[in-house]
Amino acid sequence: MSRSMKVCGGILVFVVVLALVGPLISPHTYLQTNFDALLQKPTLGDFHLFGTDDLGRDLFVRVMLGAQVTILVAVVASIVSLVIGVAYGAVAGYVGGRVDAVMMRFVDTLYALPFIFFVILLMVAFERNFLLIFVAIGAINWLDMARIVRGQTLSLREREFVEAARLAGVSPARIVFRHIAPNLFGIVIVYVTLTIPQAILVESFLSFLGLGIQEPQTSLGALVDAGVNQMEGASWVLLIPATLLALILLCFNFLGDALRDYFDVRDQR
Amino acid sequence: MGAIPTLLLVIVLAFLMVHAAPGGPFDDERVLPPETQAALEAAYNLDEPLHQQLFNYLSGVVRGDLGPSYRYRDYTVSELIGSAFPVSLKLGAMAMLVALIVGVLAGTVAALRRNTALDKFVMAFAMTGISIPVFVIAPILVLLLAVKLQWLPAGWSGNEGTGRLVLPVIALALPQVAYIARLMRASMVDVLSSDFIRTARAQGLGTTAIIRYHALKPAMLPVLSYMGPAVAAILTGSVVVEEIFGIPGLGQFFVRGALNRDYTLVLGIVIFYAALVVLFNLVVDLLYGIIDPRIRRR
Amino acid sequence: MSLLTVDQLSVRYGDVAAVDGLSFSVSKGESVGLVGESGSGKSQTALALLGLLPANALVTGSIDFAGEELIGKSEAALNDLRASKIAMVFQDPMQALNPFMSIGAQLACILSQHRIASGREARDKVISMLERVGLPDAPRQYTTYPHELSGGMRQRAMIASALLAGPDLLIADEPTTALDVTVQAQILDLLDEIREDTSLLLITHDLGVVAGRCERMLVLENGRLVEEGSTRDVFRRPQHKHTAALLCAALTLDRADIPGRREDEEILAVNGAEVSYNIGGGRALKAVRSVDLTVDAGETVAVVGESGSGKTSLVRAALGLIPMQEGRVVFCGSTLAPRLKDRDQGTRRGMQLVFQDPAGSLNPQMRVESIVAEPLVVHEAGLSKDERKKQVVAMLGKTGLGPEYLRRYPHELSGGQAQRVAIARALILRPKVLVCDEAVAALDGTVREQVLQLLRQVQDETGLAIVFITHDLAVVRAISHRVLVMYLGGLVEAASNETLFSTPLHPYTRALLEAVPVPDPDNAGGRTTVTGEVPSVMQPPGGCTFHPRCRHVREKCRADRPETREIGPTTVSCHLAEELASERR
Repeated sequence: MSRSMKVCGGILVFVVVLALVGPLISPHTYLQTNFDALLQKPTLGDFHLFGTDDLGRDLFVRVMLGAQVTILVAVVASIVSLVIGVAYGAVAGYVGGRVDAVMMRFVDTLYALPFIFFVILLMVAFERNFLLIFVAIGAINWLDMARIVRGQTLSLREREFVEAARLAGVSPARIVFRHIAPNLFGIVIVYVTLTIPQAILVESFLSFLGLGIQEPQTSLGALVDAGVNQMEGASWVLLIPATLLALILLCFNFLGDALRDYFDVRDQR
Repeated sequence: MGAIPTLLLVIVLAFLMVHAAPGGPFDDERVLPPETQAALEAAYNLDEPLHQQLFNYLSGVVRGDLGPSYRYRDYTVSELIGSAFPVSLKLGAMAMLVALIVGVLAGTVAALRRNTALDKFVMAFAMTGISIPVFVIAPILVLLLAVKLQWLPAGWSGNEGTGRLVLPVIALALPQVAYIARLMRASMVDVLSSDFIRTARAQGLGTTAIIRYHALKPAMLPVLSYMGPAVAAILTGSVVVEEIFGIPGLGQFFVRGALNRDYTLVLGIVIFYAALVVLFNLVVDLLYGIIDPRIRRR
Repeated sequence: MSLLTVDQLSVRYGDVAAVDGLSFSVSKGESVGLVGESGSGKSQTALALLGLLPANALVTGSIDFAGEELIGKSEAALNDLRASKIAMVFQDPMQALNPFMSIGAQLACILSQHRIASGREARDKVISMLERVGLPDAPRQYTTYPHELSGGMRQRAMIASALLAGPDLLIADEPTTALDVTVQAQILDLLDEIREDTSLLLITHDLGVVAGRCERMLVLENGRLVEEGSTRDVFRRPQHKHTAALLCAALTLDRADIPGRREDEEILAVNGAEVSYNIGGGRALKAVRSVDLTVDAGETVAVVGESGSGKTSLVRAALGLIPMQEGRVVFCGSTLAPRLKDRDQGTRRGMQLVFQDPAGSLNPQMRVESIVAEPLVVHEAGLSKDERKKQVVAMLGKTGLGPEYLRRYPHELSGGQAQRVAIARALILRPKVLVCDEAVAALDGTVREQVLQLLRQVQDETGLAIVFITHDLAVVRAISHRVLVMYLGGLVEAASNETLFSTPLHPYTRALLEAVPVPDPDNAGGRTTVTGEVPSVMQPPGGCTFHPRCRHVREKCRADRPETREIGPTTVSCHLAEELASERR
């Protein structure tokens, strides 16, 4: 494990812990409005570590809540796309032939569509259902995973050790589990780590447009949206959630890259 | 080719989604008495069975008629798209161009100066570029360059000339520059370590000659493949950028239309965008075939 | 006068020395062979001469070329020298040529880089060079791309690019290893003719090639020079034990010590096999046409052929890995189902396969013990873990690997070790037939010898039948009882080892034998006796498929396909077989 991997992992763990613990130690809640303390700069007095927003709500707690929601949505959505993508890709890659051709045609067609717009349509149409967000994000991201897994499965299937196993009479089920799956592990991990930031981006984008999480719940994207309005007067309302969002995304991307290099080296040996 | 079925699929899917949504286009304004509601629906042919509406719509699309806008009652969707598109096109095309040129250059330089400080710097920059969403970069850029430093104009209206394009184009292009730079670097590093480049070096070619004649073409291929998704990304990003900078482009219309349940407008824009992306992908495929001789000859 | 003088050349990566204190010289017009096993530093030396080593290589010593010191020269100065004074031909032309540029463009680039010619003039020079290297219809070849050419033609283009700027020294790094045997001879002949007084440094692992083409030779072991001298001297009186070992392991064509009893129990028979591949657009590629193959217990049958011969397809179809359109497979008396999955366990364990690439045939995520034990897990589920382990250890021991290998992963094994593991896995179920698909092609001389020895031993002890697919006639000579020669999907000749090598009947067989380079400086062979290359399998010639390249071709050969018949102890498919047979007598 290289140093950068450890650093990124560390930062992410820290953020998650902070997001979970933070609201518990602060005396404020995310709902509590306080019209006497609108748009205060960050101070230590009153525990307004990040200041307050335009409704007097404590920004620290809201940002932590936002972080919770953002990460939760991203992880769940990624798992959804992981499950769908891997299953789809592995089946297509292993069965091969016409089935594979048809399945991949389907993926290619979907790939060409500007999915975001469909998602937006969906969100508008179905009244910003919280559950729908997961589904929508998962629906966008599984395509990449399916393609990657299918490609890898296909090349693994042709590898000689798989052929040797077939010849030795190993059952297809055992081949998939014992021979193909362990060799997929690396690449799947890498892609999950890279899918998470994509999911976060989609969710934030939706929230920014006002189509995602609804008040008084919030996510980092929604907070940035609110922050844009306060940009000229109270810049911290924008900068704090924006920085945290960027930090989380950066860490995931770095981690994904580093993991990719790590597994690459092992394969080359 | 696969283009027509894709478009068809898009249209049908979008249509169904829009019509499957609860609520109609007239709900937002005021609560209407049932008779008025029925009359309005009849006027817009919304009372016909769904498949009939779909058919009507499709035949309209073929003729270039995307229906009237439910919101902007005096205009048809086609007219609205026609008025808004040129702005978005200018913005998007410039952003794409900037992204390509800067990205390819940065990536190539980083690859050539692999593992040096310059490389690390460029790559760190690129990494931040793809990690920070457009809607974060744009406001921060505005904050920094327009409000605090006052170098460039922040808004759109009330500002003439090309100056007002600078910030939006930068905001839109930045994530793509980052992505393309990373892609180009990885691809160039790959190409530069391949056997035929070693042969070129053994033939006495210098770095410039190698890049120009041997390496550039193959290294560009992944970037070329990315162009399709890149266009899609720029379209997506334009929605945000237009919002923030108040630019009267397609993106704005889309969001407004979505929030107002202006079905036909939204549908029309989605189809338009999809057609653009599909068209672009076709062009990319063609170019790919031209550049990679292994695909060309059959 | 020495053109190139290398003194104490060392190439180090960190602590490891790829080349260690190497000193030698090459004179004008001379051809020098550089031999060694993999890892001996041959390629590293070549790259060092051209200054093409990676940045983390530490190069010390002196390389004096025509009075100039090359180590420490600037990149620009080296660029001037490359191609115009020292040129290189690489091993795999498919990788070494730019797939995105036409042949002509790549070559013209060299001329303009060295400011020799440009534009029209460059084009003409390139075309005349392409003609000189034997590319047919040279003006058309100018605009073709590497993937449109066959292997031999690509290598000719590569040679053209190297000689284009008129260098004084040509370095060829395994120039023919990736080519068919008959083409190999052509390319080496071409090199001989065309280089005129350009010196040649020929790097190879094949002692036969060195014996036939090089005046002097150098032997490397682990980066050090262990022997040097005129080729004849080194072959006759090797001074260093490594050289002697290499010579011993170098398979010649007159080994005659094939042990092994032969019983008359037929284990495997394939009758009338036809294999086609569907290549889209409704067309089918006929890979195997009506071929018979039989193997008895305790016997080794070699199936020999160049690319496109169908040898691999034939055997894979017999194993059930690919479908066979026509024909029957009979194993121990019973006819087998055509597809692998329809065959019963007993059959499946009876036939096993060892692949060419040792590392690729082992699952990189599994340890040696699991790999070798897996067949037992599948077929003998009743065994306890301990019993399994015992059998695995015993089998590994048989192949010469101790129990310390149990916990290793494939990437921790050398090529030879990995291949032994693969063999252990294949043999652990005590199959009746073992198929070896180019199983020793990727191994060095000494290791190869060990593996072949292992196979012979197992065969001796257990009566194992072996089908050995290979393109390497020397391996065939060393290990087989009977030989099947295939060309473009059809059977060309079948005979016992003795008969085939002493009195080959078919012109193709004879051409093959003559093309094999023999490690004997006085009798090196390795000359071209056929023209052209193996035609594309997709468009086989009519009549007798060999007729376009045959010296003895008649009208009948162009029109009719020859029948397969017996002439004495040989089975052969040639219209002129009797004629030629009597001529030789």
